[in-house]
Amino acid sequence: MILLNQILQGVFLGAYYALIACGLSFLFGVMRIVNLAHGSLAVLAAFLMFGLSDRLGLSPWLALLAAVPVMALVGWLLQLLVLERSLRGGALVPLLSTFGLAIVLDNLLFEGFGADTRSLSPYIGDLSFASWALTNDISVGQLDVLGLAAAVVLLGGLQMLLARTRLGRVIRATAEDPEIVGLIGIDARAVYALATAIAMALVAIAGAFLAMRATFTPYSGGAQLIFAFETVVIGGFGSLWGTLAGGIVLGVAQNLGAYVSPNMFLISGHVVFLAVLVARVWLGEVSWRRLRARVA
Amino acid sequence: MSVPAVQRWTAQSVAFAAACGAGLAILAAGPAIFAPGTTDRLTSLFVYVALAAMWNALAGYSGLVSVGQQAFFGLGAYAAIRLSHAGMPVYPSLIAGAALVGLLALPLGEVMLRLRGGEFAIGMWVLAELAHLLVNLDTLVNGETGTSLIAIDAVSAASRRADTYWSAFGAMVTLLLIVFVLLRGGLGASLQAIRDDEQAAASVGVRVLAAKRVVFVLAAFGCALAGSLWLASAITFQPRAYFSVQWTAYMIFMTLVGGLGTFEGPVLGAVLFFAVETLFGAAGVWYLVGLGGAALLFALFLPRGIWGAAERRLSLRLLPVGYHVVLPEKVAGAD
Repeated sequence: MILLNQILQGVFLGAYYALIACGLSFLFGVMRIVNLAHGSLAVLAAFLMFGLSDRLGLSPWLALLAAVPVMALVGWLLQLLVLERSLRGGALVPLLSTFGLAIVLDNLLFEGFGADTRSLSPYIGDLSFASWALTNDISVGQLDVLGLAAAVVLLGGLQMLLARTRLGRVIRATAEDPEIVGLIGIDARAVYALATAIAMALVAIAGAFLAMRATFTPYSGGAQLIFAFETVVIGGFGSLWGTLAGGIVLGVAQNLGAYVSPNMFLISGHVVFLAVLVARVWLGEVSWRRLRARVA
Repeated sequence: MSVPAVQRWTAQSVAFAAACGAGLAILAAGPAIFAPGTTDRLTSLFVYVALAAMWNALAGYSGLVSVGQQAFFGLGAYAAIRLSHAGMPVYPSLIAGAALVGLLALPLGEVMLRLRGGEFAIGMWVLAELAHLLVNLDTLVNGETGTSLIAIDAVSAASRRADTYWSAFGAMVTLLLIVFVLLRGGLGASLQAIRDDEQAAASVGVRVLAAKRVVFVLAAFGCALAGSLWLASAITFQPRAYFSVQWTAYMIFMTLVGGLGTFEGPVLGAVLFFAVETLFGAAGVWYLVGLGGAALLFALFLPRGIWGAAERRLSLRLLPVGYHVVLPEKVAGAD
């Protein structure tokens, strides 16, 4: 029973990983950029909400409502000031510039908020601990269920946006070939700016769940980036539902590791990630994709 | 005298290489002529130069941006602790430990080198995190409490300082020489082709994976050696300090500011980093903001760094790893 509970809680943890990973995956899909500041930007969003709730006394839900457009604006600026120029410099420059940005963000947050461990859970009342009992031994947290629902809705919404709408077609066409779309009157730079804004709006929501369900410090960004990245690699770059599956695999692996021994939580997650990489190399990229398609 | 000539060494570069030799000869006498404090600081400078040269060999010449070289830095220190604990004399254990880590890089490279761009970058970071967590499990290390290179206590403080200085100096010179020789040989041409366009390089017959493998293992060994030398001068081993991603931040700063993809650039970058650290290291957080900001600005506006820009503008050729075509008029003029 404890084991079953561990797995169930792992699924909920995985939903958070899917939330934090979908912005990373989306941006990579559109611009072929792995944004190394992704985790730090999620922590920035978390601090933004914490600041609004703690210093201005705003309800965390209102703070989230404010954080989404603010982070979208941050995304637009990020594209305008950093990513656009980086893209012109070749494949390596975006990695270098976003890593530099991550260091700047982490340390500015440290300067502004200090080393204390923060959380939004004191500000959301009962929700931080309220749960529904399924059996005598197993209960699910209401916040966890909300997180899973948010992951499904956001991933589904993103999928709908890309598959069904005109904007989605424009984004996919631009991802395919940013120069050719110029011939049919699409401004690739505007599409990129919009995509970055969408990715950062998603990051704001992920930041909210990070802040509500767990604790964070100015230097939490690196770990969030790693979890997001592992999720995307396990689930497969470019596949949105794969992202949810990848998050769940990672979360369950971590919780099963913790079931064995508390210091196996992170280790077992990293080991599963590396096992997936080795399998990809060993089976070859093509048959790995086929295998994943069959499982999905 | 009507055909263009291809040349490598110029009078300018011969003179500069001679000056470098003279400078190195003075540094080699280090502990005998410098004050103890200066000797210690120079030891860290040598470690920085080695780290920057290794990171540049990866990113500047093979197109591999690693955010996880601290894995090898930490493992090098850890291996030295383990070997000296097992009874190996302390200075040989520094080199043997790094060599073991270099061996470990062989199978790791088989997996990691198949990843591209950002996947490789963060994949290496995951590897560093995993290495950190696994080292923490060792009862000798005792988690984040850490341990010390106890065996080095047997050496008197003065000779310890001098021996560590010479080890670091020797390691730096050796690693720079290896990179210099590699770049001037056939591998250098392959690597520069890979850096400029991997697919195009493969299409003209460059063995991309084999070339990357050499650099990956060299960089692992070099960073591990830097780690074990850092341990010899710091003595204490706290995993958190050695496996910190901060080391990557330092490496990126040194390489980007000095000159990514140039031989001399990372050395210049390491010297600049050393100066910045000496002047502003006490500023703490703002110092780190400055380092990150500088890396960001250089990546965006001066991607080949100070040296890359100076080299082009002043047509400097100081330590030549490439060739230059000299047009006939110039050759005639020189004659």
